[in-house]
Amino acid sequence: MSVTASAAWKNVRQEPGWLTRFFDWKPFLVFICMLPAVGLLLVFLTYPLGLGIWLAFTDTMIGRGGEWVGLENFLYLWEDPVFWTAVFYSVFYTAVATVGKFALGLWLALLLNEHLPFKSLLRAIVLLPWITPTVLSAIAFWWIYDPQFSIVSYILVDVLHLRDTYIDFLGSTWPARWSLIAANVWRGIPFVAICLLAGLQTISPSLYEAALLDGATPWQRFTQITVPLLMPILAIVMTFSIIFTFTDFQLVYAITRGGPVNSTHLMATLAFQRGIPGGQLAEGAAIAVSMIPFLIFATLFTYFGMARRKWQQGEGND
Amino acid sequence: MTEASTATADGPEARAALAPEVMTWDSRARRVVTLYVPLACFVLILLFPFYWMAVTAFKPNAELYDYKTYNPFWIASPTLDHIRHLLFNTSYPRWLWTTMLVAIASTALSLFASVLAAYAIQRLRFRGSQYVGLAIYLAYLVPPSILFIPLATMVFRLGLFDTPFALILTYPTFLVPFCTWLLIGYFKSIPYELEECALIDGATRLQILRQITLPLAVPGLISAGIFSFTLSWNEFIYALAFIQSSESKTVPVAILTELVSGDVYQWGALMAGSLLGSLPVAIFYSFFVDYYVSSLTGAVKE
Repeated sequence: MSVTASAAWKNVRQEPGWLTRFFDWKPFLVFICMLPAVGLLLVFLTYPLGLGIWLAFTDTMIGRGGEWVGLENFLYLWEDPVFWTAVFYSVFYTAVATVGKFALGLWLALLLNEHLPFKSLLRAIVLLPWITPTVLSAIAFWWIYDPQFSIVSYILVDVLHLRDTYIDFLGSTWPARWSLIAANVWRGIPFVAICLLAGLQTISPSLYEAALLDGATPWQRFTQITVPLLMPILAIVMTFSIIFTFTDFQLVYAITRGGPVNSTHLMATLAFQRGIPGGQLAEGAAIAVSMIPFLIFATLFTYFGMARRKWQQGEGND
Repeated sequence: MTEASTATADGPEARAALAPEVMTWDSRARRVVTLYVPLACFVLILLFPFYWMAVTAFKPNAELYDYKTYNPFWIASPTLDHIRHLLFNTSYPRWLWTTMLVAIASTALSLFASVLAAYAIQRLRFRGSQYVGLAIYLAYLVPPSILFIPLATMVFRLGLFDTPFALILTYPTFLVPFCTWLLIGYFKSIPYELEECALIDGATRLQILRQITLPLAVPGLISAGIFSFTLSWNEFIYALAFIQSSESKTVPVAILTELVSGDVYQWGALMAGSLLGSLPVAIFYSFFVDYYVSSLTGAVKE
């Protein structure tokens, strides 16, 4: 035992080989460590982002390289009513779905923050819609929205007798739009609820006790303690939620594919339809690029609108 | 701890202190109305689509399209026909296999890249490492919907179109930022003194990473791994745009493009396919719930 220990000790005192020393040289090590991640991101994220912006100013089609045409694609889109419908619906979809998700998600988080039996089981169940592949749950919603065999219509008509006719969920413009928003809210609630629950659990209970001693009502405790302390995490979750709702693709593509008569196209689905099956890569890229200003605006708005409070509380900003 | 004290805050003592007459309304009934009823509604609505999926998958066609004679909420004579059709008359097993392969390969690739990057950013602390970290975080905010058209042209020019490599190489664009960010958080929680001790003992940086930091960061690695696996399993838009041949499609794409054919939808088979396609993730999820929760909230909090 002692023999091996002393042998090992001697080994350590020897000078390491040049290769080992080279790998311990900090600049080289940093370079090697950053290479895979930065390389992947530069090649498959930064370059395509630039390429996409360039494509938007060309007339590229599938199977044929493009030439610079300036703003032609955007001028064409400016005149295109389908594009403006998609812009309108993207904004509407994002706004309504975000409000719905955060109202219901916050409510659910507050409920889950109470003292409950089977709490971890409940939390596991709640997160389930978020874990399953979106397309597969979207197909379930498609079946739930079936014009003839919709279970929602069955409950309303044959069980509760609230209506006389089955609802045509996806056949006309506004019902289809609301149906998609409902499916999006269903899918988004778990994410919001679990993130906000984590935020709620970091709020110190002594604050509530102090407020209680001062005679604060439950509503005052909610607005004066819970909401301000939840604001930093709310800002981040909302930024994420808005970005991924605005650029949503799967739900709409799976349930309506933009129909009826292009009324439920989001900008992402319209870009796909024009770009890949339609072959007009440049036009698809132009539609995709038009999403960027909306995303930047939404990010700055939520971030600076809500996260400002974080610094006011004197927490370190990281 | 937190739950207990908030419960007392809303509990009977508080009520009694504020206004004794409120006690006449039984606080237990109040709790049922304000807590258990809404919670039950939430759980019911969140779970209903899954229940409906499962019921449809095991129903024979005669019951599926006849709500008058059969109660739609229950199955009179369960059948495995839809699942048998899926497994033996379509390439479903092949799709499952492809999806599994792509998910595992892209997860492994992303984990490898992220561990090194997170270690370099958090522990080697080179000049400007904060800004690199921030840039990687911002990369997570670039949605795939903006990238898929230029990526499709790139994939085509690289000759990867219609191969699994197209997906394995592009999925890390959204996995690496997420994993790196998560692992930076985990590495931050490991005491730096441990590494200093190892440095004094003459260990090289890579030895420290392999023998000290990584074993301590195993929970973080598991979180990042299962999360990446789930995200790649669920990915849709790249798989839809980059894969053409029916054989090498992933499950979500294949169900939507291969099973939906003609005017009459095979709802039974569609639902069976969705159920089977969700199952691997759901099983994974049931084993690692806590890791999912911690990675979800950890990534947001960092």
